[in-house]
Amino acid sequence: MGKVIPISGNYAVAYAAKAADVDVIAAYPITPQTAVVEKLSEFVANGELDAEFIHVESEHSALSAVVGASAVGARVFTATSAQGLLLMYEIMHIASTLRLPIVMGIAARAISAPINIWCDHSDFMAASDTGWIMFMAMNAQEAHDLVIAGFRIAEDPKVHLPVAVGYDGFLVSHTIEPVNIIERDEALKYAPKRVTWYTLNPDKPITLGPLASPDWYFEFRVQLQDAIEGAREVISNAFAEFAQHFGRKYGEVDAYYTDDADVVLVTMGSASGTALAYVEEARKEGVKVGLINVRLFRPFPEEFIAKHIENAKVVAVVDRAVNAGSSFVGPLYSDIAVTMFKRGFDIPVVNYITGLGGRAVLKDHIDHMVKHALSLVGKKMRDIKTHYAFVGVRE
Amino acid sequence: MLVEIRWHGRGGQGAVTAAELVAYASIIKGYYALAFPEFGAERRGAPVTAYNRLSDKVIYDRSPVLSPDIVVILDPTMVGRDVIHGLKKHGLVVANTAKKPRELAEILGPDYRVATVDATKIAMEVFRLPIVNTAMVSALVAASGIIDLDSLLQAVSARFSARLASLNEQVIRKAYELTEVM
Repeated sequence: MGKVIPISGNYAVAYAAKAADVDVIAAYPITPQTAVVEKLSEFVANGELDAEFIHVESEHSALSAVVGASAVGARVFTATSAQGLLLMYEIMHIASTLRLPIVMGIAARAISAPINIWCDHSDFMAASDTGWIMFMAMNAQEAHDLVIAGFRIAEDPKVHLPVAVGYDGFLVSHTIEPVNIIERDEALKYAPKRVTWYTLNPDKPITLGPLASPDWYFEFRVQLQDAIEGAREVISNAFAEFAQHFGRKYGEVDAYYTDDADVVLVTMGSASGTALAYVEEARKEGVKVGLINVRLFRPFPEEFIAKHIENAKVVAVVDRAVNAGSSFVGPLYSDIAVTMFKRGFDIPVVNYITGLGGRAVLKDHIDHMVKHALSLVGKKMRDIKTHYAFVGVRE
Repeated sequence: MLVEIRWHGRGGQGAVTAAELVAYASIIKGYYALAFPEFGAERRGAPVTAYNRLSDKVIYDRSPVLSPDIVVILDPTMVGRDVIHGLKKHGLVVANTAKKPRELAEILGPDYRVATVDATKIAMEVFRLPIVNTAMVSALVAASGIIDLDSLLQAVSARFSARLASLNEQVIRKAYELTEVM
């Protein structure tokens, strides 16, 4: 078993890429991700990691470089945040449709303007339509573990898709906490390096990503949809085997006190930790509140969530991003609302948007949401006049 | 058991590193601990806040510490009632000041325990620079007993180069001796 050491979320991610024995890293520094690539660059420089570190001039190039390296069969890693992720956006679609098993860390951060280096989920959510498998970690241990699980899932012959592991900027990326570090031998037993995807090789020439005219393009997009749907089973198995190898059990979601809860909160990232601390206290006072932490965001774990809101009277979705002008406002809310609609749940589902641009998410804020949600118990969705509220904002 | 600590200092004094050393020393002792700064734009001289949560169980709460058990003040010019907002009754204030604990208690009021050390003087003697973080961690250890001196020294040698670790050890031992508690 690995050893517990005190490190930041960024270092936990760098240690995971090292344990996975990546061959090529290309990254461009951006707050709050910078420490990941600093540490990886140090590992490469001092010989602890035998990898090619490609210094690039932008995130667009960083992702392009790992796309190229992955296309020749290398195990590759990159990491970014905020504007960096937006600059990668174009290449993210290319990575997924070329079916390349890239793993990327995203230290989640707000998007400009105005410039703000602090945590929210605007960057992560902006990437949610790119065909990547996406996880959001609650703490540094999860970020570490999900990067290693990410390689196994991405490279599975039934998947061949890139994987993004989100973790909250500063709140996880810069927080020092105990992390059980997986060593290289153990990581490689769990996620062995096997090149099972189509690679560029002069001896067996193929073409990746050429022009596909209207009589073929459609099929590529359908294959992408089939692949990410098919990844669900691989992800479940990867988590089950992760528990066997390392003793830590992960699910697509975590559910707490949902069986008899009147209000079920749905949260992602480090706010799930604060919400859990709140729920534990509220339960002692007899408040019937439960919590779902969404760890897997793409493919969206509908079945797992539906199971845990079956008995709820109100569902309260907490978002750290805004899709301005949409019918849903919070991006997590849209997935939860559709999940419920498809299954005919006729109970209120409401959206609380909080913690934008690093605004602290306090237990008091969660309390405010839960009290408001409790006031809706017994109502139907059509009785709800406003489905969203901003919490912790200046009035 | 849950201990919440809030650190107040100015950019350059090492408040963030101080919180990290406390987490480091706690984690190597087998405790669960978090250290996180109030992430501002780092500038020398600007007020900096950092936090610790220490427990024997996993800590989930990631929100800033609003009602600490302990407040540590790294900068003598910040010592006063402003920085102890939310401090629990009978909570501990550890301050870098030339004042005696009794003098500081008169300013802060009767609800708190007070410890003081002239960390700036110690740091100037050893480093010739007013970097007071390790002296203040040592004062925290002396006044609260939440971690022991050996674990702190281990954390320091893990964190700093051999030369800096040895200078910091001098600072830590001096501060530990000179911290006065009321």
